[in-house]
Amino acid sequence: MTGALLAATGSLTTGHATIPDIITFVAAAAMVLAGAIGVVTSRNPVHAALSLVLTLFGIAVLFVEQDADFLAAVQVIVYAGAIVVLFLFVIMFLGVDRRENVETEPLKGQRPLAFLMILVALGAVFALAVNANWVTGAHAVAGSTTAGGHTNVYLLGKSVFTTYLFAFEATAGLLVVAVVGAVFLARRPSAPDDIEGPADIEGPDDIEGPEIEGPEIEEQPEDPAEAHGELAPDGEIQDAVEVGQ
Amino acid sequence: MSLAPGWYLGLAAVLFSIGAIGLLVRRNVLVMFMCIELMLNAANLTFVTFSRVLGDIGGQAVVFFVLVVAAAEVVVGLGIVVAIFRRRRSTTADDLHVLKG
Repeated sequence: MTGALLAATGSLTTGHATIPDIITFVAAAAMVLAGAIGVVTSRNPVHAALSLVLTLFGIAVLFVEQDADFLAAVQVIVYAGAIVVLFLFVIMFLGVDRRENVETEPLKGQRPLAFLMILVALGAVFALAVNANWVTGAHAVAGSTTAGGHTNVYLLGKSVFTTYLFAFEATAGLLVVAVVGAVFLARRPSAPDDIEGPADIEGPDDIEGPEIEGPEIEEQPEDPAEAHGELAPDGEIQDAVEVGQ
Repeated sequence: MSLAPGWYLGLAAVLFSIGAIGLLVRRNVLVMFMCIELMLNAANLTFVTFSRVLGDIGGQAVVFFVLVVAAAEVVVGLGIVVAIFRRRRSTTADDLHVLKG
């Protein structure tokens, strides 16, 4: 099917691919597909996240191969560096890194239907790619990828800060909204009767509890006299906490 | 010089399909999110391929914005997952049937 697509878009070929190009593409494509299959089939969410890293690196290699240097760097930094770490952080935080039972099927016949539907859609995409002429050959409106011999970063930056300036500024607002929303959603829910009050008082108590008890337990076996000396400030702190309550 | 664009587009279509199958088949909300990331990456690969073929930097600019939106989406989505987990002690999509009639 890919060969048919290749033939269909053969007129778009920009040059003859060398052997290293083919090797790079095949290796990167194998990484992408292996990682994607790993995400879908692995039972443990941590393994799925690590497979996702493999896919993202493969995509970054394909970006480099197509002269999108800046996007490849951003892909590694943002996706593999931030988003996957966020996934792993949430998986560990929730403690859901257990094996999931993927054999049981809650809805009868849902999986075969899903496979059938997606395969039909994939076949339709390939059929359209072979038969339809999607490429109009219209001139670029955002600037060429090789204008004036400038680098990819220069051209992309110029495009983002001129043609797409409003969209770029809008993403700043989007990120602020996302951060505020995430903080609001992930906040510990307060009891229905109490509004904000108990969270403020219980917070310090929870934090200082282990800090006070820690040295007490460790120092007792070494020297009881010193331990008694240390007890006095501890008592003061505990009193202060109780007064605060 | 790179390969003809058909190879990249075919790979992107297959990657998108794998992501869509995972989204439909898996029940863990976190894995479903990862499958959405796969689909977004397939779309990004298509954009970059057409950017190279047509010589238009706009495709790469769009990928730049997709990256930002994907980051924001993951942040909010994982916040929702954490909030749901606090209430229901589960990240399985089948357990979220409160709206069931």
